[in-house]
Amino acid sequence: MAQAVSWWRYALVGVLVGALALAFYVAATGFPSSKVDAQDFVDLQQGATPHEGFRRAHAKGFCVAGDFVSSGALADYSTATLFAAGSTPLQGRISIAGNNPMAPDLKAPVRSLALSIETAAGDVWRTAMNTPPVMAVRHPQDFYQQLVALGNGTIQQFFAEHPESATFREWAAGYRASGSFATEVYHSINAFYLVAANGERQAVRWRAVPRAELVDTVPAEFADSDDALQQEFTARLREQPVVFDLVFTLAEASDDETDPTVLWPAARTEIVAGQIVLRSATAQLEGDCNAINFDPLVLPDGMAPTADKILRARSAAYAESYRRRAREQ
Amino acid sequence: MSKVPQFSRAARWLHWSMALLLLSLLFAGLTMVRALEPWQLTLLQLHKSFGLVALVLVLIRLWVRMRTQAPALPADLAAWQRVSARLSHIGLYACMLAMPVSGYLMQNAAGRPLEVFGVLTLPALLEVDLAVYGMLREVHGWVALAFIVLILVHVAAALQHGLIRRDGVLQTMTGRRRP
Repeated sequence: MAQAVSWWRYALVGVLVGALALAFYVAATGFPSSKVDAQDFVDLQQGATPHEGFRRAHAKGFCVAGDFVSSGALADYSTATLFAAGSTPLQGRISIAGNNPMAPDLKAPVRSLALSIETAAGDVWRTAMNTPPVMAVRHPQDFYQQLVALGNGTIQQFFAEHPESATFREWAAGYRASGSFATEVYHSINAFYLVAANGERQAVRWRAVPRAELVDTVPAEFADSDDALQQEFTARLREQPVVFDLVFTLAEASDDETDPTVLWPAARTEIVAGQIVLRSATAQLEGDCNAINFDPLVLPDGMAPTADKILRARSAAYAESYRRRAREQ
Repeated sequence: MSKVPQFSRAARWLHWSMALLLLSLLFAGLTMVRALEPWQLTLLQLHKSFGLVALVLVLIRLWVRMRTQAPALPADLAAWQRVSARLSHIGLYACMLAMPVSGYLMQNAAGRPLEVFGVLTLPALLEVDLAVYGMLREVHGWVALAFIVLILVHVAAALQHGLIRRDGVLQTMTGRRRP
């Protein structure tokens, strides 16, 4: 080499390259922050021995397919083509809470209906609805602690420390699981915006309200099976499609659409957007729903997410669970 | 032997703008797969949109690279360093292509629509398939790791030329080389 090289030049190269490497490391791990991230969430949900190839949350379920038959009643509120009058095919999944794909249907505290509605033009709307109408907490970090508390038996203490859980607790105290997946009400929980052609946003929540007559308990012929609710649903579908009204609730200015722990007053305007008509059911690993990540932040043009912190946290957590089971295929 | 003293203006412009873009994409990617923050969705959408920009830019860049002459390395450079330079550059280009292609296709396999800046919806080139998604998702992650390692090697080598050897190689890309 032509010139003598002083030590600080080597040091400078080392410092610059090291700083870049450190920046990548921090971005990849979050260190030194100890905030719960998507990986922590899914680690907690799957437990010590993951059920490989299955969803980490709501592991037990089955695929359904049918149509969303829109009445056109929301067309003035949203430019989404699937809200124009007409029918759009849907893939769905009915499931129970928990990480065990073999869990007994009747022991689960929460039941779910998830939908993926895709128009011919490729617009997709995904929604994951649950039986509770609200969350117990407002922040993903608190939700993590709630799951921890559920696991270690300190949930009552957790609720006492989180007064925002009052509405949830009130619902839980009054809720009685029905005898069929077809006779539950499934809620969006989080609020979203419908976006009209003029750009105006209307905050909404929605719920799937069963058309079928309420059955209090599972028919005796299925009651002893771990798959009681799945069997009941399949038998029901052999008779006729299972239908839900998709009912939208419109928020008013005084409602906080970013808070998933509170219910809006019962007097709010409600609009029936149409019917969810479920025509067939398939075991989950054989069904089309198995490849779908029911990320509720997959929204068509004409819908938008609110700033609800729980809602905004869902995409990364769902993606991590999806990645893990996809890798195990 | 190449006679040009430095990279063409187009090549330099593409190099530095893509350096900024690709570092941003890598940092956004590493962050958004973990973050439970309210801005995660916005970051995800920007990552996808700018990922497509990166794909277009790398195609232009490869075209420019093939049409213009690159400056020669110094004659006294060791053979292993010449080979390393060549291989790492090929590796960097391979990563620049593999990242957006695997990202695009994995969204197809997941059945997720790909919107660019909220205005253009890209066509799906693959059927929805969980196993294919699983493979592409891991490819996207592993190529990102290889890309980061290659970028660190590239930066270290560039600084070695600029600060230690002081042989003018770094200046072929900064555009300060005197003919």
